[in-house]
Amino acid sequence: MDQLLYASEVVVNGLMTGVMYALVALGFVLIYKASGVFNYAQGVLALFAALTLIGIQQGQVPFAHLISAVTGMHLDSFGWTVPSLLAILLTALVMVGLAILIEALVLKHLVGQEPIILFMATIGLAYFLEGLGDLMWGASVKSLDVGLPQGLSETVETMTDSLFGYGFFIDRLDIWATVIAAVLVASLVAFSQYTKQGRAMRAVADDHQAALSVGISLRFIWVMVWSIAGFVALVAGIMWGTKSGVQFSLSLIALKALPVLMLGGFTSIPGAIVGGLIIGVGEKLFEFYIGPMVGGATENWFAYVLALLFLVFRPQGLFGERIIERV
Amino acid sequence: MLYREAGDFKTSYRDDSQTFPLKLDRLGYYAALAVAFLVVPFVITDYWANSVLVPFLIYAIAALGLNILTGYAGQVSLGSGGFMAVGAYAAYKLATAFPEISILIHVLLAGGITAMVGVLFGLPSLRIKGFYLAVATLAAQFFLVWLFNKVPWFYNHSASGQITVPERSFLGWIITGPQTSASAKYLVCLCFAVLLAWVARNLTRGTMGRTWMAIRDMDIAAEIIGVNPLTAKMTAFAVSSFFIGVAGALLFTVYLGAAEASETFGINKSFLVLFMVIIGGLGSIFGSFAGAAFLVLLPVFLKNVLVGSLGWPTDLAAHLELMIVGALIVFFLIVEPHGLAQLWRVTKEKLRLWPFPH
Repeated sequence: MDQLLYASEVVVNGLMTGVMYALVALGFVLIYKASGVFNYAQGVLALFAALTLIGIQQGQVPFAHLISAVTGMHLDSFGWTVPSLLAILLTALVMVGLAILIEALVLKHLVGQEPIILFMATIGLAYFLEGLGDLMWGASVKSLDVGLPQGLSETVETMTDSLFGYGFFIDRLDIWATVIAAVLVASLVAFSQYTKQGRAMRAVADDHQAALSVGISLRFIWVMVWSIAGFVALVAGIMWGTKSGVQFSLSLIALKALPVLMLGGFTSIPGAIVGGLIIGVGEKLFEFYIGPMVGGATENWFAYVLALLFLVFRPQGLFGERIIERV
Repeated sequence: MLYREAGDFKTSYRDDSQTFPLKLDRLGYYAALAVAFLVVPFVITDYWANSVLVPFLIYAIAALGLNILTGYAGQVSLGSGGFMAVGAYAAYKLATAFPEISILIHVLLAGGITAMVGVLFGLPSLRIKGFYLAVATLAAQFFLVWLFNKVPWFYNHSASGQITVPERSFLGWIITGPQTSASAKYLVCLCFAVLLAWVARNLTRGTMGRTWMAIRDMDIAAEIIGVNPLTAKMTAFAVSSFFIGVAGALLFTVYLGAAEASETFGINKSFLVLFMVIIGGLGSIFGSFAGAAFLVLLPVFLKNVLVGSLGWPTDLAAHLELMIVGALIVFFLIVEPHGLAQLWRVTKEKLRLWPFPH
């Protein structure tokens, strides 16, 4: 009975982690659907967004390190702090600016290239942004606090304690992440279903040329999609940054989002969510039951191997469009 | 004027299909080999061997391997780091278990073991393609590194979890361990690089290379005209992993001397080798060498300029290096998707006519 309760606690925590994975995966799906680009840089976007948010919040001088190395001046901060909400808004603006730059400097020149070339270009982009983020804001590990509640949720603990006689340990941040992710997904779905721009986005996803011929501006849609992806990255960056600090490893969660996508299918938003949940629960349960037998830290690879085995049987993922190949 | 094919007559098919059809190319190639084998070993210093030439040769072998898989057979792999780890650990286990056999044979055997592991992880490529496969190879990367970290048998239960190469010699020359001279390291790597480049060149222009390229260009069409995708993809994975395994084994035994799976063979290694292939040129032997040279030299160059001349802190230089490498990748993909090899081809084309415009 105890074992079962432990396991269900693990499952619940896995579900919460899964939501976090799904948040990152969502950004991938958006860009992939609208432009056919498999955006490896999504995780680095999240890192970059989180770094920028902290920088703005604490009034850091961008490129302070570089400026002091070149000119010898010692600048650290402007000496002010910006309220969290305003800082988030400003960061969102920065992400929009970044989206415009990426479109103008990279994507525009790669129209019509093979998907794998575009994929590699985003790997280059990821390296560039990683260096840029470090150069702008410094490479030290930072903690992010935008006022989200953290720590053990007492309500859940007392409630489960009275129900099962065993208090579940659930982080309040995870609960918030779940709520925010749900709101984000709902608003994205509403946006793509009911607004003019959202419909245009779906049209582009369906067929680039047909969308062009009815007068939809491809370039505008791409900037928009990358901006939205930048915003999703910002949300993911805030969540992960609050949870485990802002540092380079944040960009590696993008890699964790890849198996999530492979399970769910690259083209499906519900797929990203379900895939995230499966991976989250799966890796936690595997670590709980099998991990101790093989030395632990199985979370590093479990998701990939699961996705690999899964793909062998269903190459398009759970919800992906059927792959039809012709000569 | 100087570089042209006029007057270079071929009287047999054999002459026409040699690797360097132009006499000038051939002479240049022999001259380069002569310098590499007869001059460099006598003038090489520790600095040049350790920071430029030896890593260049080792990464060139790895890039050759990945180029066979990605450039010739069209299967993108992000698992090179993991496969290099297999080569290194296999060489370590073999060298410590059979000390009486020459370590050079162990390096080749390590390549063979890596080839088998590569085929195992390549099996899903029959079902999945493109970046689905790229992501699937990440499974190899993370699983293999985890395995070498967690199973003490692989590192002979050493307390630090590291593997350290035993001292071995060949024909009286010490070739592994801290006592190795710069020229010995260099010569061992050079021999492997030249031999493997020769193998790669002849494999890729033979039947096997043609089936790989058919699979790359369109696998379904290739299957219809009679190319067996199973053998084509599996041989590509096997040959490629063999090369990468040898590179990993050399990296550990000759170059580093000690290694730790997650630090030496992390995901960044995979990307580094992939970038070498992209910058050098997909589907080109020369490109593999050019890409490896470029990415080995770039950090050395930047470090010398930024830290040495301008006196900037090293971490700043490291960040700038990331940005420059990233920007170069994007730049190359936009301007010249076929990489340095294509630039070289264009230059040769221009040289043929020089100094005339047409």
